[in-house]
Amino acid sequence: MKRISIYLLGLLLISTLSGCGYNTMQANEEAVIAAWGNVESSYQRRNDLIPNLVEVVKGYAKHEADTLKAVTEARAKVGSMQLSKEVINDPAALTKFQQNQGELSSALSRLMVVAEKYPDLKANQNFLDLQKQLEGTENRINVARERYNKTVQLFNTSIRTFPNSMTNSMLLHLKRKEPFKAEEGAKVAPKVKF
Amino acid sequence: MRFNIFKPLLLLVVMLTCLTQTVFALDAPHLKGRINDYAGMLSPAAVQALEQKLAAFERETTNQVVLLTVPSLEGDVIESFAIRVAEAWKIGQKDKSNGVILILAKKERKIRIEVGTGLQGVLPDITAGQIIRNVIAPGLRAGNPDQAVSAGLGAIIDATKGEFKATAADKKVAKKKKGSGSGLFIILLLAGLVITAVAGSSSRTAGVLAGGVSLPVAAGIGLGAVLWKLGILALLGGAAGLLISLLMRLFNASGGSGGGHGGGWGGPTIFYGGGGGGSSSSDDSFSGGGGDFDGGGSSDDW
Repeated sequence: MKRISIYLLGLLLISTLSGCGYNTMQANEEAVIAAWGNVESSYQRRNDLIPNLVEVVKGYAKHEADTLKAVTEARAKVGSMQLSKEVINDPAALTKFQQNQGELSSALSRLMVVAEKYPDLKANQNFLDLQKQLEGTENRINVARERYNKTVQLFNTSIRTFPNSMTNSMLLHLKRKEPFKAEEGAKVAPKVKF
Repeated sequence: MRFNIFKPLLLLVVMLTCLTQTVFALDAPHLKGRINDYAGMLSPAAVQALEQKLAAFERETTNQVVLLTVPSLEGDVIESFAIRVAEAWKIGQKDKSNGVILILAKKERKIRIEVGTGLQGVLPDITAGQIIRNVIAPGLRAGNPDQAVSAGLGAIIDATKGEFKATAADKKVAKKKKGSGSGLFIILLLAGLVITAVAGSSSRTAGVLAGGVSLPVAAGIGLGAVLWKLGILALLGGAAGLLISLLMRLFNASGGSGGGHGGGWGGPTIFYGGGGGGSSSSDDSFSGGGGDFDGGGSSDDW
């Protein structure tokens, strides 16, 4: 008899748990992790493009060693960051990540401005293609970041609203996640104009 | 007292301003069909031809390609507008994400090809950029939007042709979805049902006759069924008519016209359902299949 009542109590607890947002919060956190994966892979995609781009520009614009070096260094800095899933739980790491990527973005856009001065480079098919790929990748980064922020917002709301907030403080202990902050001009897709 | 009246009014005004503030970016327009020429750039003939061409392409490959032209971006950036449209329209099949949206902004003279994640292998950013640069932009610059859009969509079709093939199951779904006659068929079927029910409640023979005639007529007009099938349908309809008559009598005996109606409607669906087939969507309405976009594609000026 006692056993049965314990089982019943357990069953009741489980059913109330899902009512208190236990599963919702877990699902929302998974969504944040998945969205973060897309952010990372779109940044990685950009990283992979850079060596080719630098190589092509080097061939035409030998005098721009400084600009090229800045890009390479910024890329190396991004690459040296130890990234793990923990970044999304660590506001400081996320800020650093964003800062490094931001530096690479501005180094890249300087490179594209410099390329403007070299008509031969601008006419190079390979360069044009790389430029298109870079544009597409920057846009993907924007979209991935925006979607990440949306999932973060949903998650943060879900852990703060009642009754989820109680479930969280007693059982899950999930922490608020940090969204990407808008950078200067980040609202506008970074566009390399020619 | 007066103060009390103004307070809610003030609140209302504040709330209304909040409402307008949330609408700051250009909304994704309503998805009319495959060709959404809101800027009125194309001739009616071109719209119709392209609509058919893209519909045929979807039947063949399940790929969904759509066009959107807008008069102006109203200060928005085409990339962010495009992804909002893509998220709202969900062009492409859910499991394949094989949708492409070509967007033209007339005032800003901007072109964008937004490519669904499933087609980025065959239509990478580079190819999308080349289609814009070499095919669409020159035509638009030359002042020939019909030709430019048609050639551009043609190039998109050529690039994405090989990626997916419509399977037999896809075709079945498409056929069901298509069935412009099926709407008419259902209306005729319902009319036949009512007639059969009325006739059947007076006599069994009348019910059999009405059923035997109305089903083949409905199928013949509504679906264009082949002649030899009409005989079978007549038999089927006759059987259904008999059943309806019996049911009508049963319900009439137990009284209540509402009950009689219910019997007439409920009974024959067993018979008619098989012959009817497509009743999924009203008619040729087009909608996105749930495809996913990640911002890939290309944009340029003309």
